[in-house]
Amino acid sequence: MGIIKQAFMLPLQGTAVAGRWDSLFLFMLWLAAIMFVLVVGSMLAFVWKYRHKASDRTTYITGSHVLEAIWIIVPTVMLLGIFVWGYSVYRGMTQAPRDAVEIRVLGKQWVWSFQYDNGRTSIGEIYVPVHRPTKLIMTSEDVLHSFFIPNFRVKQDVVPGMYSSVWFKPTVIGTHQVFCAEYCGTSHSGMLAKIHVLSEADWEDWNEGKSPKAFGDSLVEQGRKLHETKGCVTCHTADGTAKLGPSHKGLFGSKVELEDGTFVIADENYIRGKIENPRGSTKRGFTQMMPTFQGLVTETEMNALIAYVKSLAH
Amino acid sequence: MSNYLAAKGLRSWLTTLDHKRIGLMYLFSIFVFFLLGGIFALILRLHLFGWGKDLLSADMYNQFFTFHGAIMIFLVIIPGIPGALGNFILPIMLGAKDVAFPRLNLASYYIFMVGAIFAASALFLRGADGGWTFYTPYSIRTNTTVLLVLTGALIAGFSSILTALNFIISIHKLRAPGMTWDRLPLFLWALYATSIIQILATPVLAITLVLLIAERVLQIGIFDPKLGGDPILFQHFFWFYSHPAVYIMILPAMGVISEVIPVFSRKPIFGYKAIAYSSFGIALIAFIVWGHHMVVSGQSELANFLFSLLTMFVAVPTGIKVFSWVGTMYRGSIHLYAPMLYALGFLELFTIGGLTGIFLATLAIDVHMTDTYFVVAHFHYVMVGGTIMGLLAGVHYWFPKMTGRLYSERDAAISFWSILIGFNVTFFPQFILGAQGMPRRYWHYLPEYTMLNRVSTVGSWFIGFGFLYLMIYMWKAVRYGKASGSNPWSALTLEWQTSSPPPTENFEIDPVVTDWPYAYAPDNVHMAVNK
Ligand code: HEC
Ligand SMILES: [Cu+2]
Ligand SMILES: [Cu+2]
Repeated sequence: MGIIKQAFMLPLQGTAVAGRWDSLFLFMLWLAAIMFVLVVGSMLAFVWKYRHKASDRTTYITGSHVLEAIWIIVPTVMLLGIFVWGYSVYRGMTQAPRDAVEIRVLGKQWVWSFQYDNGRTSIGEIYVPVHRPTKLIMTSEDVLHSFFIPNFRVKQDVVPGMYSSVWFKPTVIGTHQVFCAEYCGTSHSGMLAKIHVLSEADWEDWNEGKSPKAFGDSLVEQGRKLHETKGCVTCHTADGTAKLGPSHKGLFGSKVELEDGTFVIADENYIRGKIENPRGSTKRGFTQMMPTFQGLVTETEMNALIAYVKSLAH
Repeated sequence: MSNYLAAKGLRSWLTTLDHKRIGLMYLFSIFVFFLLGGIFALILRLHLFGWGKDLLSADMYNQFFTFHGAIMIFLVIIPGIPGALGNFILPIMLGAKDVAFPRLNLASYYIFMVGAIFAASALFLRGADGGWTFYTPYSIRTNTTVLLVLTGALIAGFSSILTALNFIISIHKLRAPGMTWDRLPLFLWALYATSIIQILATPVLAITLVLLIAERVLQIGIFDPKLGGDPILFQHFFWFYSHPAVYIMILPAMGVISEVIPVFSRKPIFGYKAIAYSSFGIALIAFIVWGHHMVVSGQSELANFLFSLLTMFVAVPTGIKVFSWVGTMYRGSIHLYAPMLYALGFLELFTIGGLTGIFLATLAIDVHMTDTYFVVAHFHYVMVGGTIMGLLAGVHYWFPKMTGRLYSERDAAISFWSILIGFNVTFFPQFILGAQGMPRRYWHYLPEYTMLNRVSTVGSWFIGFGFLYLMIYMWKAVRYGKASGSNPWSALTLEWQTSSPPPTENFEIDPVVTDWPYAYAPDNVHMAVNK
């Protein structure tokens, strides 16, 4: 194990999933090394042993069904095993726990910026708590980017016009490297960021601060104000009574029935869709009258609005 | 009887309908494109050596890797073996006088060249960036002339379709009397499977490019979310073509290897049927695994589950081939001439390429590895290690047939070892770089990646030297090489039953096939060339 591991010098294991990833990777490396020696080794052995001599006689062999069956069945079984193992580690990367800390990530040529629940923002540096699941809800203002933290073994493309997400549970306090892994133009290789994993106490400090007021409004509060200033309140309430449009109370995470009888889960992408392109779908029992806010709401405001609607889930 | 090279003058070449001459025209053009793409590669690697001072500006770097990729894929690897070797060899191997539609064949060469000129003209205008994948919305918004490159690829695609059509019909209609399907040489089986993929998949590329061009020119929302489009849709379209395309690139090389190994082992090919059918197995699966390029794109988890599972199955028919080639050498009488060296080189590189493909097919592993140098290393092992090694094996194997001359085996071995060692030194460190997290398409990298990047750059010089050397001895062989005789390798396929170089009509007496092309009797261990 040791030699191959050394040769590959895998990045530090900054999450629990990184450990599982490394085990799978090293197992596969060993298997691949064995297969390589088997194939290339026999090839070289044959070249050595059966190198042409004038007195040679070859054997007339055209195939062997037994061998063929073996080299169909054995690899198939091994591949299925690898697939299952790979899928199970992958599940661990995609299923974010419900209580995850949520941070919104915005990619734009060529900086990463971050928005936290308490209303703080940061550019090029993201702060997360140690030993707590963190979920990043990401979108892009321009072209594709990809949020990649090698130490955490996670990566997710960041796509304009929609939210994608990635989650992790950091285990190592300190600073880790973030790359942009999807080509995005001139300074693609300069689109870097640092992720700071803070201890419990530091996170408390960073998040709540000595005086929370210093950071201004929380994200939800920003959203509530936008809901008024953008005029959403003319049609939507927070208390469960319907006006021209449905109330936002209890909406987030619920199953919404649409005009055509289908159902959707009211997640970030659904709400974003309503705000940008309300004609894309209509809620059953309501008329299509919501105006589009495309171009009238910035990505940061969008995050605040969604956080507000989300806060009304219960 | 005069041979096909007898007529002189540029005009006799440019208006020829002879598949052999068209094949050589492809070979020459593709070689020129290869040099161009290769020079870009060498400069990129030189930049990545990290001198402390930038050799290239960021924009230039981005354009160079785009040109390197687009030229190598669309103008070298895809048309390479079918266009050059396929055109030259396929009709003679069938025992025919030409392909089914010689005029169409010349037309496809010109269409290919028009496509190439379109793509290359971008070089002299505002260039192109975004990589050969041209992901949206970047490719819609960049102010480089990507449209020209895309149009070039579109046009070259039509040439692929026409060539494929010609091959399929020739194989069906022009086989010599006695050449039943189970006597069809494996190179032709491979070209047949490739042609089917080309006909089915290339139109999808055409549609994608037309949509993209329409979006850029007419501003209709298809892939750009600003216009109401879906950027991930482009990736589906793109990979629906480009995944099958990787088999368009590799199957013909596998066909060459299937010819070379039995000849130089003086033994029947092991598992003829399994090799022939596995090409079709690969062709079939090729169409349903495209999503493995999109694991972190934002597509659903269910899609990822299915694509990963299906991709695993590609490894099975591929494994069958590799095991069968090694099996063919067992108890043979192995001659290590240049074609065989390249075939062995193919096996070494392709095995690494294939095995690392399984890593990328594994979902969790791919999340970390995708868009890093691990992927760069993997596809160079498969495409260069596979396709280019296959092409070189074929070029060395059929060189005496094409020219009637022999090259120096000693020179060929020098160049082979330089390329093989250089290749491994260049690309193996990139697996490690990828595992360590270095993303691809990076103009600048973090200091911890310096050492391996330097090793990689040094390796590229050996590859460069190998090809330079190859050009020199090939040129010498064409001018001064010893006469090869009609069948220097004492091979059994039909192209070796006519003189070298062959007459314009290929055969003086129409051949009749009475046996399998791999029936090497136990005492048939000698080759004409070493007598
Ligand atoms: C002119 C009235 C009007 C205004 C202003 C308006 N909406 Fe709406 N909205 C509606 C109506 C009507 C519906 C239900 C019909 C539909 O689904 O399109 C709706 C649906 C929604 C939904 C989906 C609700 C559900 O229960 O499925 C969300 C979320 C939403 N609006 C958010 C907003 C936000 C945020 C704003 C302000 C930026 C806003 N709306 C402004 C009328 C309005
Ligand atoms: Cu980027
Ligand atoms: Cu693929």
